Amino acid sequence: MENLIALLIAAPLLGAAVLLVGGRRLDAVGHWIGTLLSTTSFVFGVILFADLLGKDAEHRTLTQHLWTWISVGSFQADVTFRLDQLSMTFVLLITGVGSLIHLYSVGYMEHDERRRRFFGYLNLFLAAMLLLVLADNYLLLYVGWEGVGLASYLLIGFWQHKPSAATAAKKAFIVNRVGDMGLSIAIMLMFTTFGSFAFGPVFSHVGDTSEGKLTAIGLMLLLAACGKSAQVPLQSWLGDAMEGPTPVSALIHAATMVTAGVYLIVRSSAIFNAAPDAQLAVTVVGAVTLLFGAIVGCAKDDIKKALAGSTMSQIGYMVLAAGLGPIGYVFAIMHLVTHGFFKAGLFLGAGSVMHGMNDEVDMRRYGGLRKYMPITFITFGLGYLAIIGFPGLSGFFSKDKIIEAAFAKGGTEGWILGGAALLGAAITAFYMTRVMLMTFFGEKRWQPDENGNEPHPHESPKVMTIPMVVLAFGSVFAGGLFSFGDRFLDWLEPVTGHSEGDSPLSAGTVTGATMVCLLIGVGLAYAQYGRKPVPAVAPRGSLLTRAARRDLLQDDFNHVVLVRGGEHLTRSLVYVDHTLVDGVVNGTAATFGGLSGRLRKLQNGFARSYAVSMFGGAALLVAATLLMRAV
Amino acid sequence: MSPQLAAYTTSTGEAFQFWVLGTVAVIGALCTVFMRKAVHSALCLAGTMIILAVFYLANGAYFLGIVQIVVYTGAIMMLFLFVVMLVGVTAADSLKETIAGQRWLALLCGVGFGVLLFAGIANASLKEFAGTGKANANGNVEGLAALIFTKYVFAFEITGALLITAAVGAMVLTHRERTERARTQRELAEQRVREGKNVPPLPAPGVYARHNAVDIAGLLPDGTPSELTVSKTLRERGQVRDVSTEALNDLRALEQRAEERLERTEIEPANLKRAEEASK
Amino acid sequence: MNPVNYLYLSALLFTIGATGVLIRRNAIVVFMCIELMLNACNLAFVVFSRMHGNLDGQIIAFFTMVVAAAEVVVGLAIIVSLFRTRHSASVDDASLMKL
Repeated sequence: MENLIALLIAAPLLGAAVLLVGGRRLDAVGHWIGTLLSTTSFVFGVILFADLLGKDAEHRTLTQHLWTWISVGSFQADVTFRLDQLSMTFVLLITGVGSLIHLYSVGYMEHDERRRRFFGYLNLFLAAMLLLVLADNYLLLYVGWEGVGLASYLLIGFWQHKPSAATAAKKAFIVNRVGDMGLSIAIMLMFTTFGSFAFGPVFSHVGDTSEGKLTAIGLMLLLAACGKSAQVPLQSWLGDAMEGPTPVSALIHAATMVTAGVYLIVRSSAIFNAAPDAQLAVTVVGAVTLLFGAIVGCAKDDIKKALAGSTMSQIGYMVLAAGLGPIGYVFAIMHLVTHGFFKAGLFLGAGSVMHGMNDEVDMRRYGGLRKYMPITFITFGLGYLAIIGFPGLSGFFSKDKIIEAAFAKGGTEGWILGGAALLGAAITAFYMTRVMLMTFFGEKRWQPDENGNEPHPHESPKVMTIPMVVLAFGSVFAGGLFSFGDRFLDWLEPVTGHSEGDSPLSAGTVTGATMVCLLIGVGLAYAQYGRKPVPAVAPRGSLLTRAARRDLLQDDFNHVVLVRGGEHLTRSLVYVDHTLVDGVVNGTAATFGGLSGRLRKLQNGFARSYAVSMFGGAALLVAATLLMRAV
Repeated sequence: MSPQLAAYTTSTGEAFQFWVLGTVAVIGALCTVFMRKAVHSALCLAGTMIILAVFYLANGAYFLGIVQIVVYTGAIMMLFLFVVMLVGVTAADSLKETIAGQRWLALLCGVGFGVLLFAGIANASLKEFAGTGKANANGNVEGLAALIFTKYVFAFEITGALLITAAVGAMVLTHRERTERARTQRELAEQRVREGKNVPPLPAPGVYARHNAVDIAGLLPDGTPSELTVSKTLRERGQVRDVSTEALNDLRALEQRAEERLERTEIEPANLKRAEEASK
Repeated sequence: MNPVNYLYLSALLFTIGATGVLIRRNAIVVFMCIELMLNACNLAFVVFSRMHGNLDGQIIAFFTMVVAAAEVVVGLAIIVSLFRTRHSASVDDASLMKL
């Protein structure tokens, strides 16, 4: 059964190779090949899942050693896969949602000339993401980590003829690089500290390592997670990443890749558990991001960017939960999975809307679409109810647990974190209601575009609606399925561990408070966007609104502090380089140049002359040997 | 002679042979280096090698001694002579040095190296000789075979591969691919006519009536020798005999003899002598 | 006479050969001098074999001969093709490596 693990990765990798190397002759069938191989991987995942379920909780870790990758002294890197409950969860999410989105893309990308290439990249992404979650050591994880970064870059810039898409791809790549540097430093620290970077040895040696070193590793891992999961301060790329095709936003920038940071933190739970300072940093990052994303999401008129803000905020919840330690790990992953369902569903719904509206993304030009797109409306609506935490749906179970866990952290921290999470829930309800109302309710506000083409909103083809329906089912039932009887908790506990914590509030109180926040959020949104007609041009708005429209000035901040500062630093370095370094270098070069100009005369090109040098050298060697013997 | 003594010295006969043949070998080696013509060098080297073969035999290496004669002197040196024949004599044969200081540096290095080698050998304590009697007990060839096919079998196989590679390499190097069709005699004749150069066959060498050797340039009607008449190889080697003045000298000698018989003037010995010499 | 004299002879022949390589310009003669050096080494090996009382030295000399044969074959082929293209067998004419 272990041998199936490699096949999980091999199937999409094969797909990527075939599709990218195959050339134009595969154009006609390329998308079906990609979908088939992704589904194959999902089937393998289900088989392995069934196998794991049949075992005891203690024996649910499978490993497969393929080959030794690098072997230099004590530096041993193996290509080994590890399938435990945590990876299994991710495998099912990645291949399941991935396959659905492959299917959706068949319809969504139908008119794109480069559809085959698109599917090749999608398969490449699946392979890299599976490698990331299945790796048994940090170095192999890093390979997958970079692989998803590459796939993300390629897919954000898929429409590279648009300068905005090309720039967005570069931005994502560069910002991610900062995070990746954190991961590579963390791996180096692990190697110097533990002498290994395989999960087993690292986690077992955590006990006999100083807290300072563990904190350093933890902070570097957090930096990596911030980059990949778009957490403050490396969050700026996610909004622009929406330049990519919508299925990409759904798969990579909502459901799977951006959650890799959460995976990394939960996977490294042993390190974080032993480094409370790093954990605190994680929770702070999570709490700040969940508010930051939510505020940005309220101000955006672009449907995908509003959803991107929401993604950031929801991942903030997960990171917050992961930072809480054993109280929160399970709920971080649970929210990750449910979020995978409803956010992918929401993005696919948004894609469906854009598909019917001539790729219009401005919500101020939508309105009243529920009549034209009933299936999209219903599935989007279910996703909406799930994300705001409507009782009984997925988001309710997972988010509620996170808020409870935040309070259960205890002390002042618990109150602050719990309060932030509650506030986030209210804002979530507000911006999602806003999206819902502006898109599907009210008057129709669409206008002909500059070419005079009036949009004719219509329902998307079956190949697109079926994945949306499936995801809507997931959004509705996944949370309940996981929570009743603590199934998910029992499943993950052997890997992540779990403790209850001591909450100052009872579970019922927290749920009640969440419900109140939810109602306030929905009510405010309804008052602003449901009762009054939505202006077709955005009003000037308050200072906060304007800042939020500019992503809370994050790009301006980056520009002033990093770009300008970097430029000044570079200029002064250039000056030093020109005068001091170049002076030394050029002086040395001139000295040697003059010397060699004279020495060059020895090279007269006659073989016999060189032979004399060799013979003389041999004589000197003999002399030296004899001399050493004599001495 | 006790075995102990045998390990330190050789028999008088061998000593005599060493001093005589060793001297000859060194002279042969020196001649190899300093003979002007490559053919002579090759012959001297062959002589040295034969002497070395004798030394091998004296040292108990019977198989190698025979191989040295058959393979080295017989095959390799003949290959050298063959190539000397192909290449011919060139200006490179001159012993005049063209690179400044090369000769002195070479001699300095050579003498220095030799002194060091001698010092090294003298420094080593090489007093005791085990002798090859025991090793050759079952016969020298058998002993060598036993070693070659057991301990050195891989080296042996690899040298086999090396030899094949060398043979193929030599063929590749010397094989010349003809890029165009060889021109027929007819085409060559047509080209000569078109160019208007050497339309009839080249003039024959030698001077009729007096010399018909191929190394003598034929004379043009005005008495000057023609380069074209002598083979290109001889011309390049500078082995053409110039007889352009010879005929005139002969004529003068004839006149002189006639006058002598007619008793017209005194004999001019100097002139005659020169003429006689030239006619030889 | 001590057989070590053979070694002195070997050293002398080797040195003469090496000097010859350095002062002769005709590639063929240079080659012959190299052969002389190889032969000098062979003599030393044979004498070593006698000193140690085993045949390993003779084996090495035997291999030297084989390698020398291969070397001669290739070397002479190179000389022939060099002569064919440059009409010269002088090692000084092959000085294209010079600036």
